[in-house]
This record gives sequence, C-alpha cells and structure tokens, in this order.
Amino acid sequence: MARAEVDPDPAWIDAAWAAALCTVDPAGLGGVVVRAAAGPVRDLWTRQLQAQLPAGEPLRRMPARIADERLLGGLDLTATLQLGRPVAQRGLLAESHGGIVLVPMAERLPPGTAARLASALDQGEVGFERDGSSQRWPCRIGVVAFDEGTADDAPLPAALADRLAFHVNLAQLSLRQCGAAAASAEEIVAARRLWPAVTLGDEMTQALCGIAMRLGVASLRASVLALRAARAIAALGGHDEVQEDDALMAARLVLAPRATVLPQPDDEPATDEPPPTAPPPDDSGEPGRDDSRDQETRALEDRLVAATLASLPAGLLAALPGGERARAPGRVGALSASPRFGRPVGSRPGEPRGGARLDLIDTLRAAAPWQRLRRATSRHRHAAIHVQADDLRVSRLQQRAGTATLFVIDASGSSALHRLAEAKGAVNLLLADCYVRRDQVAVIAFRGRGAEVLLPPTRSLVRARRSLAALPGGGGTPLAAGLEAACRLAEQVRRSGASPVIVLLTDGRANIARDGEPGRAHAEADALLVARQLRALRLTALVVDTSPQPAAAAQRLAREMDALYRALPHAGAAELSAAVQALPRQAG
Amino acid sequence: MAHVFPFSAIVGQDEMKLAILIAAVEPRIGGVLVFGDRGTGKSTAVRALAALLPPMKVVAACRYGCDPADKGSACAECATLKAGGRPKTRLAPVPVVDLPLGATEDRVVGALDLERALTQGVKAFEPGLLARAHRGFLYIDEVNLLEDHLVDLLIDVAASGENVVEREGLSVRHPARFVLVGSGNPEEGELRPQLLDRFGLAVEVRTPTELAARVEVVRRRDAFERDPEAFLARWQAEDERTRRRIVGARKRLDDVAVPDAVLERAAELCIGLGTDGLRGELTLMRAARALAALDGEDAVTDTHLQRVARPSLRHRLRRDPLDESDAGSRVDRVLAEVFAA
Repeated sequence: MARAEVDPDPAWIDAAWAAALCTVDPAGLGGVVVRAAAGPVRDLWTRQLQAQLPAGEPLRRMPARIADERLLGGLDLTATLQLGRPVAQRGLLAESHGGIVLVPMAERLPPGTAARLASALDQGEVGFERDGSSQRWPCRIGVVAFDEGTADDAPLPAALADRLAFHVNLAQLSLRQCGAAAASAEEIVAARRLWPAVTLGDEMTQALCGIAMRLGVASLRASVLALRAARAIAALGGHDEVQEDDALMAARLVLAPRATVLPQPDDEPATDEPPPTAPPPDDSGEPGRDDSRDQETRALEDRLVAATLASLPAGLLAALPGGERARAPGRVGALSASPRFGRPVGSRPGEPRGGARLDLIDTLRAAAPWQRLRRATSRHRHAAIHVQADDLRVSRLQQRAGTATLFVIDASGSSALHRLAEAKGAVNLLLADCYVRRDQVAVIAFRGRGAEVLLPPTRSLVRARRSLAALPGGGGTPLAAGLEAACRLAEQVRRSGASPVIVLLTDGRANIARDGEPGRAHAEADALLVARQLRALRLTALVVDTSPQPAAAAQRLAREMDALYRALPHAGAAELSAAVQALPRQAG
Repeated sequence: MAHVFPFSAIVGQDEMKLAILIAAVEPRIGGVLVFGDRGTGKSTAVRALAALLPPMKVVAACRYGCDPADKGSACAECATLKAGGRPKTRLAPVPVVDLPLGATEDRVVGALDLERALTQGVKAFEPGLLARAHRGFLYIDEVNLLEDHLVDLLIDVAASGENVVEREGLSVRHPARFVLVGSGNPEEGELRPQLLDRFGLAVEVRTPTELAARVEVVRRRDAFERDPEAFLARWQAEDERTRRRIVGARKRLDDVAVPDAVLERAAELCIGLGTDGLRGELTLMRAARALAALDGEDAVTDTHLQRVARPSLRHRLRRDPLDESDAGSRVDRVLAEVFAA
C-alpha cells in the first residue's frame, strides 16, 4: 500500500479506526459516514474495510436509487410461477444480514430510502408488506454512507447520519497521507469475542454524556453510540474495561464531528450548559448540583473535553456554528411526484388516464400470478393473458422541483404611476427569464386596504402578462398585508414541492397596518414584523426599491427579510433580471 | 425483535407517555401523533405499548378479531357466527401493527389470497394490515414520508372505521377500527392537514437538555442492551402497575363525570384559540376524561383539562404569521387567560 514516507494524516488514522470499529460491531455502531469522492483514497479505505470483515460476511453496494422491491424484497415472480405457490425474494438489506452495506452518493439518497435504512438499523430486521405477501427477515447490518457532495450540496439525510456512529472525512487526503489499516481480521475476531464482556464505569457514561452536551450534540443517540464505540475500542485494545483513552477516542470519533458549539476547555460549569429546566442553580448551590457527579468525574470530563477539543480539525471550528451544511428548505431531496413529467421511479396501482402512463411490465407482473385462477374462471378461456383493471400499473414519475417566482407588487399611490409602469416593465423582463427556465410565476399586488393574489402559480406567460397589464394603481400601502399574502403563497408553493423565490417591488413606505387601519408608524412596525416571519421561512428574496431615490425604508425591509436589495433607479430591467437569476444559487 | 424496551423505563417525555396511555384507555380519541427530535425514543415508546396492553376478548372464529359484545358490528363473519347462537370466544393480545414504509396498497387493505389462487385456483380474500390492526393500534414510523395514495386510504378508513375492498371481483367489507399512531421528524416534511386532523392528540418531543436526565437515558439504554432479560425483570413490576392503571381506567371511564363548568372551560379554550370545528372540544373532553380515569378519579377537573390541552389542541390552531411562538406556547397562553378568569 502507500509507502509511509510521511506519517499518515490524523484524518486517515481516524478513518482507519472507524473502519475497524465498524467491523467489530456493525449493527451496534450503525456504521460510518465517509466524506469522500470516489477515488484511490476511498478505494483503499474500502479495501481495508473489506479485508477486516471476517470471511463470509457480506459487503454489498447499494445504488442510491434502489427500488423498494430490491431493497426490501418482494415476490419472486419466476419462482412463484414455476412452483405454483408464492415465493418471496429477499431484498438487498436482508441479503446483507450480518455484514455491511455500502451506499455511494449517499447525499442523494431520497428521504424515503434513508428512512427504510434507518428502520432496518433500528429494528435489526427488515419487513415488507408487498405484492400479496408479508415477510420479516433478520437484518443486522452496518451502513457505510459515502457522502460525495460538495460544500453546496445538501448534506446526507439526517435520519441516516444520526444513526451511524462515525463521521470521517477523507476528502482532503492524497494517497501519500494514508496508512495501514487499524486492525487485522484476526484482531477484529478477537475483539468481537471480547467486547460483550467489556465493562464501562458509570463515570465514563457521565463523562461522555457531559461532553456531548458541552459540544452541543443534541441527539441522545450519539451518546449511546459513543458508549458502544468506547467498548469496541477497549475490546480492540484488548482491555476488558473501558479506559480513559478509549473513552477519549470514542468522544473524538463519535461526538466531535457532531459538535455544534465550541465549549471552553476550562469553562465555568454554568456558562456553557443550556439552562437547566429544573430548579435554577444559584451559585452557592454549585456543590448540590454536582452531587451526582463528584469532583473526579468532573475532572475526567474536563480532561476528555480538552483532549477532544485538541483533536478537532481546525476547519471544523471555523465552520461552526453552522456546523453542518445548511439544511436549505429547497434541498436536493425535495422532489415532487408529478403524474406528467419527470423520471420514472417505480409504479403504482392506477388507471392510465389523466396523463398517467401505463407501466406495461409492472402491469403484466401484477397479472402473472393470477393467470391460472383467471383462466379457470374466465369466460374467455382462450385469451393469452388475462389482465384485469386491478392489475393496471402506471408509472410514478418524479420531477426535480422547480422554482416559483412570486412577484409581490406595491400598486399603491405612493408608488407613483410611472414608477409602477417601470416596475411592470422590469417584471415583464423577468417573466421572460422565468419562461425560459420553465419556472412558475405568481403575482400578488397590494394597494388600498389589502393584498390580492392576482395570479396563482402558473407557467403561463400570457396569463402573467395579462394580469400585470390589468393591474391598477393608487390608494394606501398595506405592506404588511402584501408580505403576509406572500408568506402564505410561499408556504403553499413549498408544500407543492417547488422552491419559492420572492421578488418584492415597493418603496417600503407602509401606511396601512395589518388590521386595515391607516397610520404610518403602526403600519411600518407591522410590515417589519411580517418581514421577520418571511426571514424565518428562509426564502430566497429580492427587494426592488421603487422609490425615486433609494430609501432607508426599503433597505431596512430588505435587511429584516434577509433579502437582496436593489434600487430600481440604478437597476435597469436587465440588471434586475440578472440579480434574480443569481438568487437561487445564492440560496444554495 | 426479541426484546422490547419497557415503557416504564423511558426517562421523562411525560407528555408523550400520557398521550399514549390516554389512547390505550380511550381508543375513540382518534390517534396519537408524535413529532419531534431524533433519538428521543418516539418509536421505542410506541413499540413498548404492545407489552402493556391487557389481552382482549375476541370472537374465536372471526378473522378480524371482533368484540363478542359488539352488537352492531359490520363484520359479515360475525353475523354468520352469531346467527348460529353464541360464538366461542378467546383471549387475544391487542394488536400493535407496524405499517412499514414501502408497503403496497394490496397488503394494506387486503387482496386476493395469492397462495390459494396459485395452489387451488380459488378466489379467497386475504385480509391486510388494516384488518390485523382492528381494535388495536396501527403504527406508522416516519408518517410524513408515507406515500400519498396510502395516506388517502388511511384517512378514509380511519374516518369510517370500515375497510371496503373491491378488487379482483371480490367485494369485501370488514370493520377496521384502530388507533392511528404516527411518528416523525418535522424536518423530513410536513404532514398533510387532512391527515393531521385525523390524529386526536399531537405530541412534540424534545431532547432532554438536562445532564442528569441525559445520563439516565443513556445508562438505561446501555443496561438494556447489556442484559435485556435482567433489565426487563427490573422494570416488570413498574410495567405491571401501568397495566393495572390502564385496566382500571378503562373500567372507570364510563362513570367519570364531566361537570358543566369543565365543558364550558373547554369551549372557552377552543374559542380563545380559534380552533376549527367541534373536534377540538370533543378530543379535549375525551382526553380529560381518560386522564381522570387514569388518575382514579370520578370527575374531570380543571387540572385534567389543563394537562391535556396542549396535546389535544396544538395541531388544530390556525396559522398566524404574526405570532412567532410555537403552537404549544400559544395553547399555554390561552390556558393561562382562561383559567385566570
């Protein structure tokens, strides 16, 4: 293997340990999240993992887009027809029982598949209720999830990542920085014999829980996994009791990568921990609070925290507090099921009408087992195949959710009429862009005492233009009502699976409050409040200032909404359209 | 699954445990939804429930496990059995049926028996998961990931209490009354409002933030994994107490009085929160009554009402974009107003 001209990188050492530990107790530890693109480093790591796995234990690759039938199991049609009785076929999960499942491109795993994996990990068995049969098989597996996403991609489905003990990063390594495996197959076998008997002192439990809390690791599963990891580490080291070093390594491998806050190594006990919900500890009550955790435990925990911190890679700390990559609402997994367009993802019972397409193969598969019965009872004995309405299967199609641009237009008197015309011009240009990108558009206008959805989300350019042209101006500025309508529509759009983008054209001078009452101060306060609501939705938004001079009001509004700000006087329609195009990328 | 983590050994999460107990006492509550953080023992609690439930009496020969005392049963099998005199009964465990993700429609509603069709060439109905869950619990983990057409089906059956199957020339209807229990993580996606509405109680679970509680959770989990039998033995007495509490509460339930004053409070609460429809009040009243029965009392008091208000109402509030607080604290606020008066 790689000649160690330089010492192996610490990241590699952690990864090698994760591989070894994962083979000691695959099902208990869940497995490993490996951040690495396909390449020689990852191949080396995988080979070492395979070499450590005792003979006869399966190591299977799972495609990210696997169908349920292959994942969970289903009816073995060939055998069923041949033998004349239902024969169930195991899926990949059941076939991997006692071994490890490799998942490449795990960041693209649909939430449903991740949930199925998670359920198999939790229950140690896999069940299906499909195709007229029902089965349960044992399925004690470990999962190695390769996260190949770049920084902008959505992270691994959290439901899966939470259940895999180790999170390691090989992305920055070259082959020169790699080393040997952490253990041999024989050592693994020895560790497996030993670990059920490894004891773990209560002070270790407390210390590991304490560290998890100080690192801001919320999920309790992580603490449980850390405990199991500590045992496996001790077993691999030949100890029959978890030592301090074992616990430290468990903290480093399991808890540190999940850190969301940075604890102070010598923190005052009260500063870092979230406020206890129970009786408030006054300072004099300090010993009382520690009564369950004596000085020694505390000291142990401090030592472990300090050591864990020292082992954290520098980059990780810089990434805090975001820690994980942002869970953008419009994540890759946000796929919408649409009966008309997209990529086929299996079939569902249903009739091919209303745009749904017949899935011929699946229809025939559904009909096949019943042929004998139907031939016997049918009036048309000589028909080659008896297909009934219940057999019909239509393709389920999935489509990457598109973007819906919501134009929120201030049509009040303060946006003087010619400004409105200019705004309409800009929107018209943007519409053309949306059309090119097959985005949906919607138009909300607010004036007088309220807001109105002039055009619900549509792909029709013509309708959008028409609704704009017919938009009258004048009256008060119920900005809050306009934003509220935008909020509601954005949520609705998101539920339908698309990502909403808001383009707000206004001068920001609200003078009608949310309850319809006039009054500038109240109206502006209301508007800012709703703007914060919009921010909470974590939408992509652009505020286009339509006032003759760039105004503070609109700027403040943009800040509260966490939106991009452009002033119309300086932004030609062309520049505006460029700004909007840049938006979705900005949101990630 | 050889061993199931005992219900009583679950640390904290009182609201979730209470909601599950209420559903065990009063099935008409209409289901429990448990939404919240990962790793908080949502599915552990639901799976532990099965071990707590006392066995029920069923008509021995009925495939759907109908209640012998149920006069108005829509079950065709029972109707034939009862016509020939009093049918034999037996005790059966209350079903807690898992609806796994990836289940196909035919297995959920039931379909033609494939085995008999292939081997004997006979058309026979093979009941599905809905039939198996009759009089028990139907559990859906990651309920927000359930496919849309299955959701539609569940909503329909849960509302009517009856499963109607029309396929392959078969026409079967059978009773399917079950308590729907769903769990999930809101980050994976929201629940459709229609399904949300089917759940009587909605519970939010949070990871405990207190160190002592966290240590205890981890400690118990560890002890359970190290030696499940010893662990179960240790908690057996506690589980037994809970079981007796459920049995006692079921007996007492019909005799628990609901004073008019309490009903008025319930109505005030619902008006104060602007919940739609009567379902909120009905659930609130049923839940409070079940709680009073669990507590061994003869009448519902304001305290009972207060304790069930959050889970009964939090998912029925209309969205208010100007209110930044979560639904639970909005319920609390109105609670405080109503009970301060």
